[in-house]
Amino acid sequence: MGKGVAITGMGIISAIGNNVAENFTSLTSNKIGISKISQIDTIHKDDIMVGEIGETNTQLEQRLDIAENQWSRTVLIGTVAAQEALAEAGISDINEVRTGFISGTTVGGMDKSEQYFYDYPENPSVRQHITGLHAGDSTNKIAKHLGLKESFVTTISTACSSSANTIMLGARMIQSGQLDRVIVGGTDSLSKFTINGFKTLMILSDTYNTPFDNDRKGLNLGEAAAYLVLESDAMVEKNKKNVLGYVKGYGNANDAFHQTASSENGDGAVLAMEKALQVAGMKPEDIDYINAHGTATPNNDLSEGRALIRVFDKKVPHFSSTKAFTGHTLAAAGAVEAVYSVLALQNDTIFPNLNFKTPMQEFGICPVTELKKKKLGTVLSNSFGFGGNCSTLIFSKEA
Amino acid sequence: MSELKQELKEKIIEQLNLEDVAVDEIQDNDPLFGEGLGLDSIDALELIVMLDKDYGIKLADPKEGRKIFESVQTMAAYIEENRSR
Amino acid sequence: MNTDYFIEGYCHIKNNRVLLNGEPLFTEKKPDFASFIKSVYQHFETDYPKFFKMDKLSKLAFMAADVLLKNSGRPVNEEENMAVVLSNRASSLDTDRRYQESIDDPDNFYPSPAVFVYTLPNICIGEISIRHKLYSENSFFIFDKFNADHLWHYSKSLINHKKADAVLCGWVDVEGDDYDAFLYIVSPKGDDKHKIEEITRLYFTQ
Repeated sequence: MGKGVAITGMGIISAIGNNVAENFTSLTSNKIGISKISQIDTIHKDDIMVGEIGETNTQLEQRLDIAENQWSRTVLIGTVAAQEALAEAGISDINEVRTGFISGTTVGGMDKSEQYFYDYPENPSVRQHITGLHAGDSTNKIAKHLGLKESFVTTISTACSSSANTIMLGARMIQSGQLDRVIVGGTDSLSKFTINGFKTLMILSDTYNTPFDNDRKGLNLGEAAAYLVLESDAMVEKNKKNVLGYVKGYGNANDAFHQTASSENGDGAVLAMEKALQVAGMKPEDIDYINAHGTATPNNDLSEGRALIRVFDKKVPHFSSTKAFTGHTLAAAGAVEAVYSVLALQNDTIFPNLNFKTPMQEFGICPVTELKKKKLGTVLSNSFGFGGNCSTLIFSKEA
Repeated sequence: MSELKQELKEKIIEQLNLEDVAVDEIQDNDPLFGEGLGLDSIDALELIVMLDKDYGIKLADPKEGRKIFESVQTMAAYIEENRSR
Repeated sequence: MNTDYFIEGYCHIKNNRVLLNGEPLFTEKKPDFASFIKSVYQHFETDYPKFFKMDKLSKLAFMAADVLLKNSGRPVNEEENMAVVLSNRASSLDTDRRYQESIDDPDNFYPSPAVFVYTLPNICIGEISIRHKLYSENSFFIFDKFNADHLWHYSKSLINHKKADAVLCGWVDVEGDDYDAFLYIVSPKGDDKHKIEEITRLYFTQ
């Protein structure tokens, strides 16, 4: 791979912390973010668990110093995470060079639409949320708040691989010289829309999710936003940037099997991992750790596990799913786990796959269940979305 | 029972958008999934919603559906026994 | 590196018409989108019962892709490395609303799994991929309006970097009974030069 893509900043807000440092502390002290839902009044509140961000909308609005009830929660948390990423990258003048913003989301402003749906005809003061429903609107609002002018701004909506795909597109645009730097990632807040949808697909667990466990009952939905700043070699050199890690490989493939379910043997996942390895110029044995998609649904973990065995043969590297900490944060998941992958690299640490007890009967591979120190040069991260959209990213410590 | 089976066939065609299938083409013992009508996992979930909505039967585990939805015959028998509306 | 690519073929579905490479293949005035797209399905003898389970966006994208690929001289159902890159303005809003209605009324509360699975715009890419066995790279973008510039860059880069041999790309948008599909194939062969102005011209020519 010719040109490097450096990661120079990261920001995140999730159920296990309001910034990168807090997330790291939680990941290394087994502090999980799964609880009963408190901020959405849903009829399912007693039979689901979620990964909810602690701060209320009002707290987030105060933190960002914006007017009350103008933005969807998706935009609020997205802005918090994007600002942290920019600050860490030491970017003060965002328009100084060609800077893009690519954001993934699935729910957009759904939270506000369902809250005010019946009030729109009578109450003009909530009508700002009508246009806020649109997925692209959340991206535009964040871009505007960050001060971006005349730059490349787009939204990717490919379900649960959305933000993984923003990282892939951002990396490509840096490599092809279209952008000097780009902020990539995603944001999704919890909503009744997704809670009821996943409930009706019968893949929600009523207790703590247990990735790769034989008795897994399904996923916990979560909310999060995470962004990374990617920069070209030239930018890093010019500004003597501190580099956190590199986007080394990426691959995307379609499973071509079913609208929502993964194929039995993970065909799309295998192709995505193989493509990413090829782009990175690596062999399977070069991967030190895998941050798995591992949603804890019966279907995903079986399909992904089989795909891992197909790609890595008998030597599946250490792997774990961090979704027991955060829940499944949908469009944000790929970026959340990209941040965790970089943290793993920076700290030579594998985060545990919590709640795992019984190996799956279908195969012999087991995730890492305790915090593990290991010298890490490369991390592979999977994100698979409905619509058969499978993505794999590879991060490395060295260029 | 035969009335219920007729009703189920109509509902299956309607709810699952089986445009090309006529009621009298579905035999009571025809398998609904795989060969036969070729329904898939989403259809199974949709049938679970139908059990709840129209007959007041709640299934907690999608796996329970497998036996119940084998054919119109098994579905009707299960509904007769468990319906609350 | 060969950067001269071509628009091998294109298909519009808009204003009661289906056009292939600018030539009208089918015209039928219908009161709404649902009956129109069904007549398209029947006219082209599509024979794919799962079509009737799809939402409007998937039906539109599916038919446009089907007409285009069947007439492209490419064998249907043969593995091919054709990437799929689609875009629109309304995302899956039309189906989102339909689904939202099913969870609005607490007394009649039966969210439909079959509707929910279509509340993402990229599901239509999944449907096309399943039909044509495309295990290829795919992405769905949301823009305010048709963005030839981005599609041009993206598809060119996919072929340049050997991520795909060809790219099925374009615009599929549905909201209520308004629909607009324009799909085209970018590949190393063809007559129409793959240029931003040409893509824009074809999009508006119908």
